[in-house]
Amino acid sequence: MTTFVTHTAILTARQLRAATRIPVFLVMNLIQPVIWLLLFGQLFKAVVEIPGFGAGGSYLEFLTPGIIMMMALFGSAWAGTVYIQDMDRGVMDRFLTSPTSRGALMVSTILYQGVLAVVQALVVLGIAWLSGARFHGGLTGILVLLLAVVLLTAVFSAFSNAIALLARQQTALIGISQLISFPLMFLSSAIMNTKLSPEWVRNVARFNPFEWAVVAGRQALSAVPDWAAIWANLGLLAALTVVMAWLATLAFRGYQRST
Amino acid sequence: MAQTTTGPALEAGQLIKTYPGGRGKKPIRALDGLSFTAETGTVFGLLGPNGAGKSTTVKILATLARADSGSATVAGIDVARHPDRARRAIGFVAQKQVSDPMDTGRENLVLAGQLQGMRTGDAKIRAVELLERFSLTEAANRLVKTYSGGMARKLDVAIGLMHRPSVLFLDEPTTGLDPEARAEMWAEIERMARLEQMTVLLTTHYLDEADRLASSLAIVDHGRVVAHGTPEELKNQLRGDAVIIELSTETDVAAAQRAVSRVESLREIGMDGHTLRARADIATVALPLALAALEDASLRVLSATVARPSLDDVYLRHTGRTFARAQENTELQGSNR
Repeated sequence: MTTFVTHTAILTARQLRAATRIPVFLVMNLIQPVIWLLLFGQLFKAVVEIPGFGAGGSYLEFLTPGIIMMMALFGSAWAGTVYIQDMDRGVMDRFLTSPTSRGALMVSTILYQGVLAVVQALVVLGIAWLSGARFHGGLTGILVLLLAVVLLTAVFSAFSNAIALLARQQTALIGISQLISFPLMFLSSAIMNTKLSPEWVRNVARFNPFEWAVVAGRQALSAVPDWAAIWANLGLLAALTVVMAWLATLAFRGYQRST
Repeated sequence: MAQTTTGPALEAGQLIKTYPGGRGKKPIRALDGLSFTAETGTVFGLLGPNGAGKSTTVKILATLARADSGSATVAGIDVARHPDRARRAIGFVAQKQVSDPMDTGRENLVLAGQLQGMRTGDAKIRAVELLERFSLTEAANRLVKTYSGGMARKLDVAIGLMHRPSVLFLDEPTTGLDPEARAEMWAEIERMARLEQMTVLLTTHYLDEADRLASSLAIVDHGRVVAHGTPEELKNQLRGDAVIIELSTETDVAAAQRAVSRVESLREIGMDGHTLRARADIATVALPLALAALEDASLRVLSATVARPSLDDVYLRHTGRTFARAQENTELQGSNR
């Protein structure tokens, strides 16, 4: 157990060190969500006036948690890239021929993605605030939103890592990630209140982990948070995180079998 | 750190490994009953062309890949049964670069030591020591992506040595290095084997490298060992010197072979294009006779060489093809396992 903790710490530090050496990626990952936030925020400003939308605030306020979760989803779908690079560079083989904890290899990339996602979420919150959005949930609300960001990131980073270990190719990883991310995004209330969507969308969304994070985050930022809904969604995300991380760690065996 | 138990440091017994061949292709049998034993404290060479199965053998012994069948022991540890224990006993320098280009040389070393369970302080001290030994001290705090090929390769070896393993795997450590860097690497490996008192498994497709570094070696071809022994033993099995005569291109090859076959002290006469190869107990006696025979048949000789047996000759003898040709063939097939 102590091995797992030490290895997780030093491996997470290694990735953060690499990220600070190419901060460009951090910035690039931010550009798209910021554009979406500002563009959609303006474009669909009026949708809150549709009867039944019932957001109780501006569309920008409704949209911000959705965009933050989108950024976490798309960012973590790319998480496996770190593994692919390590495989191409021979670093992975070196780790696997040393007593490096497999669990630590998995959890360190998840933590690293979590840190990136939190930083990006704070930047987007800041930009939204500057554009006039107000978050009534206060500091507690923001902390709960960040927790949802971390859990969502964990689920999809683990998934992306597993794909990376099994497919071993950047192109395959990107293809599969996109195939999954886009439907998850549209089958949710990230940009549109599902009260106005067809019933089947609402039904599907209930089983969508991305939707769990959106609901938890949006509720947390609202003036009157529905705490029961928040904890239920966070609980589902936490359970899924554990399952996904465990399954993804098993993928190391698949990688080794085909070596 | 890990101490070797009694018995051989490395043992491979009847290893078989097959890779799926991909859509509609036959599976590739990379190892076909490969066996060898390496004694503790020696440099053991696995010599063979690309695709012979050297890297696959290393991957199995280093716990990275699993054999379909057969046994593999490292420092007395069964790698299939106790991979975690085996991983503490070995250092692994893969065929491709194993250092992280986005970390500095020092960071790479310290991380490797920490992952092997060294305390951070100890890892830092050991890193300084290895950087010094591999003349990388000046580059210690630079990112590895700025290193030359030779420097990066030295760092890879240093990474493998961090935790003082009892067995070090060096998979083609000098492939792709320029002659100067290669000579430097050779000197390091020799020094290392002496200083660290460990067993080194060296794979190479350079005959001169195996000849110089390995105290014992196995020649691998098509996934099995075709010959093994010390380089001297292998060369002595050939009995005698090589006589190589290069004929002008318009020469009638068959006539040349007929002429030379009358020289009694020459044996194993063969033609490789317009190059005639033969073997003799004392080449300095046989060569003038051979030249005279060719002269009598009015055949023109471009050059004549006499050589002590080389590993290339050993390779030719055991696989029926020259090393260079074997290498070309496998490169054409593009296989590199």
